[in-house]
Amino acid sequence: MEDRVVITGLGVCAPNGTGLKEFTESLEKGISGISFQPDLADLNFGCQIAGKPTVDNDLLKNYFSDLQLKDLKASGLVYGVIAGMDAWNDAGLTRAEREQPEWDNGVMFGTGVSGVDKFRDSVYLIDDKNVRRLGSTTVIQTMASGISAYLGGILGAGNQVTTNSSACTTGTESILMAFERIKYGKAKRILAGSTSDSGPYVWGGFDAMRILPRKYNDNPTQASRPMSATAAGFVPGSGAGALVLESLDSALKRNAHIYAEVLGGHINSGGQTGEGSMTAPNSEAVQRCIKQAMKDANVQPTAIDSINGHLTATTKDSLEIENWSKALERKGVDFPYVNSFKSLFGHCLSAAGSIECIGAVLQFQENKIFGNINCEDIHPSIASLIAQNKIPQKTIDFAPEITAKASFGFGDVNACVIFKRYKK
Amino acid sequence: MNKEHYDKLKEIVKVYLPEDVSVEAITEESNFTQELNINSANLVDIILDVEDEFDIMLENDDMNEMQTVKDALKIIEQKLQEKEN
Repeated sequence: MEDRVVITGLGVCAPNGTGLKEFTESLEKGISGISFQPDLADLNFGCQIAGKPTVDNDLLKNYFSDLQLKDLKASGLVYGVIAGMDAWNDAGLTRAEREQPEWDNGVMFGTGVSGVDKFRDSVYLIDDKNVRRLGSTTVIQTMASGISAYLGGILGAGNQVTTNSSACTTGTESILMAFERIKYGKAKRILAGSTSDSGPYVWGGFDAMRILPRKYNDNPTQASRPMSATAAGFVPGSGAGALVLESLDSALKRNAHIYAEVLGGHINSGGQTGEGSMTAPNSEAVQRCIKQAMKDANVQPTAIDSINGHLTATTKDSLEIENWSKALERKGVDFPYVNSFKSLFGHCLSAAGSIECIGAVLQFQENKIFGNINCEDIHPSIASLIAQNKIPQKTIDFAPEITAKASFGFGDVNACVIFKRYKK
Repeated sequence: MNKEHYDKLKEIVKVYLPEDVSVEAITEESNFTQELNINSANLVDIILDVEDEFDIMLENDDMNEMQTVKDALKIIEQKLQEKEN
């Protein structure tokens, strides 16, 4: 028998809000987390703006011991631990006793890279023939699975503890991996999510590809323009999102608060065939991913009343809307509400999927569809496909029942998850 | 024993103590890993901190011999003297 899977805890460390309260308020009021970054300006970046969570020293002390903070230079670890511990606490769960692992609890927490600033320091030391000066934490800060290792230890998790990596689909993928593991009875609770480092060494490669906006350095909050005719590239972001996925049985037994049910989803790849490439999606694969997700979730396209897109604010946004429209066989006024939270915090790369899934799930709780900013000028090819009122410019009162959320990434990889409002 | 060096070393070691071990537990005779329960991986960091604090450099052999607080102090004195000569 397959277990139903629900979400019982959320934690977020996003550019426009650390903690659920601030994050929810920012989404609802359209508060941007994108700001000018002096370090990027000093380094002659074309794009000198980014989305970066605000984490001060007092906050850090709530999550890390003095020893852990010593020489800690992995921003993604910091964001991930904050989001992960918050989600676990939010679910009303505590850490295991030290004597024995909790066999039913696991961690699936993705990232793109880890500890790039730490790695940079290490490279200098090694090239200086000073490898002996690296210290004991270089490995755990720079290994990709550093984040799941940290969280696994904090939770005392005894089930699978792993880090997945699939570019910008990473966060959505981790949720689906956790969903499947619980669905098939191999775990009861999994802390799922993803994180992404901040800073020039993460974002530099994208700047070099000239896919980031360069004309908004004096006007950061208007730079991220998903679905807009004047979209000029994605604003680099960072942060972490964490969700506790749990079998419905376990959640009911604990009398836990249930945010939403994960109905199903699908992960696939376009194989970089056809129009697909390392950096561009194969539309057939995108449409198939959405369709298979609906099939897996056993929902009809007409049942979907809200979409949270990948929609990064590049020229590909129109194609994405076209793919949704074809996959759902819906257009014009019949198209569901669609939004992209990237207008408020940029593209958080490997953390994008998890942070955005949290936003999508919060819409059930708040009975709202959070607004898109910076798309007063909807791209004409999007406007020709779907009714403009389906792209709310401001947060609207609407109680979504079923939300489809998709993420796409370099390597032509796709993930789509279907969330449903939970009713007792 | 050089009191000043002992106090400096204690300040260094303090950071690496597990939560359930207090600073008062540190004595001259304390064994870093067995008595103070310091994670052996952190011995590497203690050595780097000692090098920075006393502006000396420790060799691999020195590191192996550094089992207790007393061992560490002895090595520190020795290195400082070598430096003066």
